[in-house]
Amino acid sequence: MPTSAHTLTDVAASDSTLRRFLHGLPGVDAVGLEARAASLGTRSIKTTAKAYAIDLAISMVDLTTLEGADTPGKVRALGAKAVHPDPTDRTTPATAAVCVYPDMVPHAKEAVAGSTVKVASVATAFPAGRAPLAVKLADVRDAVAAGADEIDMVIDRGAFLSGRYMKVYDEIVAVKEACGASARLKVIFETGELSTYDNIRRASWLGMLAGADFIKTSTGKVAVNATPANTLLMLEAVRDFRAQTGVQVGVKPAGGIRTSKDAIKFLVLVNETVGEDWLDNHWFRFGASSLLNDLLMQRQKLATGRYSGPDYVTVD
Amino acid sequence: MASAFEYAPAPESRAIVDIAPSYGLFIDGEFTEAADGKVFKTISPSTEEVLSEVAQAGEADVDRAVKAARKAFEKWSALPGSERAKYLFRIARIIQERSRELAVLETLDNGKPIKETRDADLPLVAAHFFYYAGWADKLEHAGFGPSPRPLGVAGQVIPWNFPLLMLAWKIAPALATGNTVVLKPAETTPLSALFFADICRQAGLPKGVVNILPGYGDTGAAVVAHPDVNKVAFTGSTAVGKEIARTVAGTNKKLTLELGGKGANIVFDDAPIDQAVEGIVNGIFFNQGQVCCAGSRLLVQESIQDELLESLKRRLSTLRLGDPLDKNTDIGAINSAEQLARITALAEQGEAEGAERWSPACELPESGYWFAPTLFTNVTQAHTVARDEIFGPVLSVLTFRTPDEAVAKANNTPYGLSAGIWTEKGSRILAVANKLRAGVVWSNTFNKFDPTSPFGGYKESGFGREGGRHGLEAYLDV
Amino acid sequence: MSDATRLSVFKTYKLYVGGKFPRSESGRVYEVTDSKGKWLANTPLSSRKDARDAVVAARKAFGAWAGATAYNRGQILYRIAEMLEGRREQFVREVADAEGLSKSKAAAVVDATIDRWVWYAGWTDKIAQVVGGGNPVAGPYFNLSSPEPTGVVAVLAPQKSSFLGLVSVVAPVIATGNTAIVIASEKSPLPALSLGEVLATSDLPGGVVNVLSGRTAEIAAPLAAHQDVNAIDLAGADDELAKELEIAAADNLKRALRPQPVDYTETPGIDRMTAFLETKTVWHPTGSLGASGSSY
Repeated sequence: MPTSAHTLTDVAASDSTLRRFLHGLPGVDAVGLEARAASLGTRSIKTTAKAYAIDLAISMVDLTTLEGADTPGKVRALGAKAVHPDPTDRTTPATAAVCVYPDMVPHAKEAVAGSTVKVASVATAFPAGRAPLAVKLADVRDAVAAGADEIDMVIDRGAFLSGRYMKVYDEIVAVKEACGASARLKVIFETGELSTYDNIRRASWLGMLAGADFIKTSTGKVAVNATPANTLLMLEAVRDFRAQTGVQVGVKPAGGIRTSKDAIKFLVLVNETVGEDWLDNHWFRFGASSLLNDLLMQRQKLATGRYSGPDYVTVD
Repeated sequence: MASAFEYAPAPESRAIVDIAPSYGLFIDGEFTEAADGKVFKTISPSTEEVLSEVAQAGEADVDRAVKAARKAFEKWSALPGSERAKYLFRIARIIQERSRELAVLETLDNGKPIKETRDADLPLVAAHFFYYAGWADKLEHAGFGPSPRPLGVAGQVIPWNFPLLMLAWKIAPALATGNTVVLKPAETTPLSALFFADICRQAGLPKGVVNILPGYGDTGAAVVAHPDVNKVAFTGSTAVGKEIARTVAGTNKKLTLELGGKGANIVFDDAPIDQAVEGIVNGIFFNQGQVCCAGSRLLVQESIQDELLESLKRRLSTLRLGDPLDKNTDIGAINSAEQLARITALAEQGEAEGAERWSPACELPESGYWFAPTLFTNVTQAHTVARDEIFGPVLSVLTFRTPDEAVAKANNTPYGLSAGIWTEKGSRILAVANKLRAGVVWSNTFNKFDPTSPFGGYKESGFGREGGRHGLEAYLDV
Repeated sequence: MSDATRLSVFKTYKLYVGGKFPRSESGRVYEVTDSKGKWLANTPLSSRKDARDAVVAARKAFGAWAGATAYNRGQILYRIAEMLEGRREQFVREVADAEGLSKSKAAAVVDATIDRWVWYAGWTDKIAQVVGGGNPVAGPYFNLSSPEPTGVVAVLAPQKSSFLGLVSVVAPVIATGNTAIVIASEKSPLPALSLGEVLATSDLPGGVVNVLSGRTAEIAAPLAAHQDVNAIDLAGADDELAKELEIAAADNLKRALRPQPVDYTETPGIDRMTAFLETKTVWHPTGSLGASGSSY
């Protein structure tokens, strides 16, 4: 990285220092990045390694429902599934969290009470993020007050794309403050809207500098969400950030990860880019909904030797 | 690499390939014994297991093969190009059909990881035949005159590092242009060429058009020296290349040579650093560094040396060395005891000359020929490891301060095959690429190959080009 | 003014090396006669050391000449034709003497020679388009092959065609950006040495063409073995010498163009240019335009 740990504290001193820092980050060659991600995607994860990876992946799922049609009943069912993903096999690990809209936090809390499952809430006028800061902060405070353990905020992509990095930074700092000491903050970049890998790298550093506990690819609401390449890039960012500051930041790819095979590819990325320090749901998450059932079916297959079917996992 | 996420063994099934206990020479469409009955053993370098016993061609066999090729030439060259094309398309298709089998075979005989034979060698082999198949009936449009003629019998000698791919680079353009072929595969990797002979039979290729003569250097020398050979194509060491050039001096034999290299991979301070690290790793550890165009010299701008080396070392620590048939293996076996001895000696010399040696913690299997990925720092242009082609997984790291210095150091070698440039600045890429005396320049990438892209060297890396439209010239009377 | 026939001024023929006109460092000369044996001049008998000096000059000139724009090289080659045109009568006389031709035949040879410079002048900025080009690789890469000059080329000029043959082998070498060390026809070196005077006044940078006269075999041997010579055109060698030189040339893998029967009055092909060109292929990722347009 171009600067020493010492100077990092001054990076956000002004708009111009921040801009200079972000624009001074090494560029990303898209083809090379995608080729590396694809190459790691050819790893063959079999037998014991696969069993380990599937359980790890289940434990990393932020089981998500973010629909206008969400109801307390739907959220309760989701919570139950998060706690006991496979009712037929109690050795199945619980997922990391359930992820819901702020008004659903109390119902989610109730559903996962007494378990290890956290409640994450999207906030800050998710998914567009187009609201005044006061509204966004109120959104966050409400969710935290209702008991959210984690806040998934969206950045102001408009500000980012028009080069107003300081605005994005200040907003993250404010949201982080609103999270208080109890809630961890995930910062969603909506990588599909940032469009270039250079932007994703800059956004990653911007988010980490502003105090993100997690950096997260997407809302799941746009055409392109988590990909192996953008996740690899963000993993490189958290790796480099820790090397420079000693601060470890988590990564959450979200949206579009539907199969066990996909999830295992992401875990290979984690394993070979940042190593085992991140192989834990405190540091890596999957934002997903349908992924869990595929993981469960694969888990059943490994246990029984037979291929499972959708009638043998719950639809919640 | 110790991690909670240990990859369980994921070996590719060996059962897919059926290796016979012995193989003959392939002459005039038949497998036959050598005239003098000589045979040699080919072993798997990762286990030292004997794979098969192979007939060893002598001078009499070379003569027989050249005669067969000469006889076949008349009809083959007279075939309409469109018919020759169809034979080559057939061959390409059969290679695709049998690619899993051939990948396993190649990995067994050569020692390289199945990941590479499966994802690089075999797809490129098939693509090469497809590409030149399409040329066979379009030669009059290739820019070599209205009716370019084939040369006759092509004598071809290929190396062990990409056995089947080098065969494809030699045979595909030769046949497309209407020549017939006598090809000698390397003594340590004869099997895929013999399987290719079988593919020629499956494709119904006329007898004598392709002849395969396994053997050692003396067999190759006999092919090159045979008076009825019209064209010599060789890929291998510069020393042998020079010997061949002397042999064909004063004859009418057309010659192309694809020889050694000491490629410079130049990393500027504004490089896309993570991709540069991947490119460096790919540049020198692809195929255990046994690649003529390997980026064996890393030229890094002094201002980012520490940062880059740290990233590079971290990355090398994740390389997985071991069973080449395991789908997760990144670094396979060195091809032969002889090659291992050479790499070992040069690495020792590097240390003796004061360069600093580093390898990641890396357990080497007990049997077979293995060499850990190795990095030399504090290297100058004067060090042997910066000058001699090591042909192994050994990277020499040198530094530079300015683009001029980078270019001067990159060009300061008798070789001129490949080079790499890493920078985000477009004009610098073009300026540096322009000044590098190398046949292939990869900018912000490395070790990319394609049948449409001409490949070959400047200076002592040889002459002539293989691949693309340029590759036709070597086999045409122009 | 005297009525007596004016005594003519003889020309001292000299080598042309690095843009200068030195005598042979050896101090040796040999007698050059016309086709009937009449003495024409004492001509430098170049030594190994002259050859070596010529290589140094050619190497020194290479970077700038290879790096000049193709348009600029074309302008200079055309300028050579212009300069020759102005000295046409001199060359007609020298060629007639050298090759035993009638005045009109020699004139035709000189005209053809001038036209050959014009022909190659037009090639400098076209050859790259003819032999280079983009390659449609199967991946997200821009891939371009372009020809580049091989470097320093030793040229054994044809023994018989002392002027048209000479220019027919020298022009293609320098048109593409190589620099040349030319060994003039052993028996008829005078047109070649006079050409040096034309080159010196044609904006051609010194060292791009260096002309040596003397015993072809004696000068060619050190050139063929020289490690800083990249290629050799054996046009002026007999079979035996050609073989010997090709063997020596293998030591640093010089590109060797073997002697072959050539009718220099015919319009040439591009073979003599491509014989001394390397192909450089440059790759660069094209890349997806955005992370949202991932290529897989």
